[in-house]
Amino acid sequence: MSGLIGKKIGMTSVYLEDGKNVACTIVEAGPCVVTQVKTVEKDGYAAIQLGYGDKTDKNVTNALKGHFKKAKTGAKSKLIEFGGFEADLELGTEIKLDIFEEGDWVDVAGTSIGKGFQGVVKRHGFAGVGGQTHGQHNRGRAPGSIGGASYPGRVFKGMRMAGQTGNERVTVQNLRVIKVLPEKNLLVLKGSIPGSNGSIVTIEK
Amino acid sequence: MTAVDYVREQMILDNNLAKFKAGDTITVFYKIKEGEKERVQQFQGVVLQVKTATFTVRKISNGIGVERIFPIDSPAIESIKIDKTGKVRRARIFYQRDRIGKKARIKERRS
Repeated sequence: MSGLIGKKIGMTSVYLEDGKNVACTIVEAGPCVVTQVKTVEKDGYAAIQLGYGDKTDKNVTNALKGHFKKAKTGAKSKLIEFGGFEADLELGTEIKLDIFEEGDWVDVAGTSIGKGFQGVVKRHGFAGVGGQTHGQHNRGRAPGSIGGASYPGRVFKGMRMAGQTGNERVTVQNLRVIKVLPEKNLLVLKGSIPGSNGSIVTIEK
Repeated sequence: MTAVDYVREQMILDNNLAKFKAGDTITVFYKIKEGEKERVQQFQGVVLQVKTATFTVRKISNGIGVERIFPIDSPAIESIKIDKTGKVRRARIFYQRDRIGKKARIKERRS
């Protein structure tokens, strides 16, 4: 398994070889630099930390400056750990999107668009009342009953109710890579991925 | 150029269609797949509108109006033949839907 950090660029639609028009997402993936190699002996678990995006030295703490110096790279704006990299990588190795090929299946994780405090119709897909007549007053989008009264006498844990919607980590599995454009570090994936344009995502194979 | 434009330029082939406008009578040659076999079908009619991604063609088939919307970039469109250039005053000639017989004629534009 291997992966990269990237940025969501936007969506468009393209034609596949069989003539079908499909919606696709464009992701700018990499180039990433290995900033830390964690091993079972030293850290208790194995992982690779990748850095993506540039940052000016002015905005980096001295502690992080030393961290980047070890990897012999400039300051990076985003550091993310990846577990289960198959290859043995050295500090400072640059990883580009040539690890992906057309037809690969990838998982993409990112932060979904925040929608604030939402009711159960938007948050959990409740149907609502669905009508304005038959004595309906003003509870058209209310959740309805949330459980029994004297037995069990409490609301079960995990009952679906209103609350914060979006702005959480979401992983979309098994997206097909339609095209790899290495000259501009662009990856074209079939389907949609979480987050707004410009948000940071991780792509794992 | 934005990254989205770049991807579209790389992935969508220019099918070099003839230029046409609303009011023109055209024949669209498009490929259809029947199981394994592929053949070319024709659709002749008046162009009602040309949008950025699609265009609409209308014809009268056995007395019934039929409209078809084609995507401009579709690889299924083999070619387009312009049979007649029409003289109309607007870019979207939906009034054509309400007209039948002699009223539905469109004057020819000669250059």
